[in-house]
Amino acid sequence: MTLAYEICNLTCRLGGREIVRDVDLDVRHGEVLALVGPNGAGKSTLLGAMTGDVPIDRGSIRLGGRDLAEWSSRDLARKRAVLMQANQVSFPFTVREVVEMGRNPWSGRATAEEDERAIAAAIERTDIAHLLDRPFTALSGGEKARASLARVLAQETDVVLLDEPTAALDLRHQEEVMLVARSLAAEGRAVVVVLHDLSLAAARSDRIAIVERGRIVSVGSPAEVLTAERVESVYGIAAHVLTDTPDGHLIVVPHRGRSDTASL
Amino acid sequence: MVSAGRRTLVIAGFAVLLVVGTFVSASVGQLDVGPRAVMGAMLHGVGIDTSWRPDDAIVEQTLLQIRFPRVMMSILVGATLAVAGAVMQAIFGNPLAEPGVVGVSSGAALGAAVAIAFGVASLGGWGIAALAFLGGFGATVLVYVTARVGGRTEVVTLLLTGIAVNAFAGAGLALVMFAADTGSREQIVFWQLGSMNGSRWSEVGTVAAVGLPACAAALALARRYDLLSLGERTAAHLGLKVEQLRIGSICLVALLTGVGVAFAGIIMFVGLVVPHLVRMLLGPAHRVLLAASMVGGAALLVWADLFARTMMSGSDMPIGLLTSLIGGPFFFYLVRRTRSRAGGWA
Repeated sequence: MTLAYEICNLTCRLGGREIVRDVDLDVRHGEVLALVGPNGAGKSTLLGAMTGDVPIDRGSIRLGGRDLAEWSSRDLARKRAVLMQANQVSFPFTVREVVEMGRNPWSGRATAEEDERAIAAAIERTDIAHLLDRPFTALSGGEKARASLARVLAQETDVVLLDEPTAALDLRHQEEVMLVARSLAAEGRAVVVVLHDLSLAAARSDRIAIVERGRIVSVGSPAEVLTAERVESVYGIAAHVLTDTPDGHLIVVPHRGRSDTASL
Repeated sequence: MVSAGRRTLVIAGFAVLLVVGTFVSASVGQLDVGPRAVMGAMLHGVGIDTSWRPDDAIVEQTLLQIRFPRVMMSILVGATLAVAGAVMQAIFGNPLAEPGVVGVSSGAALGAAVAIAFGVASLGGWGIAALAFLGGFGATVLVYVTARVGGRTEVVTLLLTGIAVNAFAGAGLALVMFAADTGSREQIVFWQLGSMNGSRWSEVGTVAAVGLPACAAALALARRYDLLSLGERTAAHLGLKVEQLRIGSICLVALLTGVGVAFAGIIMFVGLVVPHLVRMLLGPAHRVLLAASMVGGAALLVWADLFARTMMSGSDMPIGLLTSLIGGPFFFYLVRRTRSRAGGWA
């Protein structure tokens, strides 16, 4: 099976600065790959380059065996779906209408029944059936994130890119969103997800790539990548990596001294 | 989501208003002719002679040469302005964008005034329309480039740019007036206030030839405007060619506004009030929004023109004055409501 993404020696500049530097990365079908790293490390820019939004300065990105620049915008929209960090809608469209917009790349290709089935499945997976008739603009942050995820799922693409999909969500919905990501991977899709919660990344991704100052400093299974030394060197904070947990998933927590001691 | 029944009901309501307005407007005036003669003359105009055809040649000439073109002009200009407003709001992602408010109309009026004062008008209606389009296009591009930053519209910048464009075009109009002869001067004053008075069939033809295809194009783009409301990047992720849509839509706005302004002058707020009303009644989906705005805008201007003609007997009020009289307070209401709900736009 071809790789979903093959990224070679990628460098991207924004505003004259190199935000992504010499990145090599493969993304496989059937896996969840988490991109983690400190704020401003270049995770979103890397994801933007994979999306096709951020221009490539040097190097190359191949999607499904074809250079990213060769994809037409329509074909690209049938191949990869993107959930951005902030999702606003300028007019009060209902949630159902927003989810339906996810079917746009398939208009003229899919039948009405296929559209309906994809929309129904996306609604069920994201648990938003009760929100369908509400205007998107009136939803809470977490509801907006889930409705937007439903739109992404309705797009039914081989490759799904999620930029901090759990940021606005409560504990239960965070877990549910990552289980959706897992089920997408189980169907053979490739899922790339930007996350801040290292424990969540460890529990629900097959591989983790740590981004630091534009470079990927480590990529591999959660246990390989998330070591106390590496977390400390990348984030600049001492951390504990707990492996002996009740559910068997690795947990990363910062070393929290007593709050009356000034230094970390 | 709005039910199909409600959609039909609202559009039918607008259509009834439009048809009734058309008949009343054609019947009433210094010469009252009654709806039967109006019907007869209309049928005669399309080649069907009935017993309802007015016996009096003066009545028939009044209807065919003065009232009908005037009503048709109101219908066309109302429809094009409402659609121009809806398209503009779609590409700005903001309900306050309106050709009159942000200065597209005055840009177009400046173009039209230049055409008259410097004799381009001798090329006929098309010369005025072409320059009005150029003026409107320039203003739209300027406002768009200034107020769109990183894929979002800054509302304060949008409105401030509108003030600047309006001020500049106003000064340009004044300068052209200053330089022009008395005849041109009168025509230019008429632009600033807006009026359907003296509409001729040839002008109606020009507005129809430009406005109707432009409205059809906007309707064809409706689904894309829906996607655009997700934000430019997300719309692009869904396969939309945002840059093309944006450029095409700016041309559409300039065409729709320019051709109306060229013959009817600056008529503010139609593009603001009508789409807003439709959105409240039928939701924001653009196919319905654009279609209903066309009918609603046409109905609004037909009735506004009727009032403009008949409110003070013997005198013809500028229609732009009337629409601003309604639109100004409406704009104020929108600003107040948004302030109380979302803490304003800034």
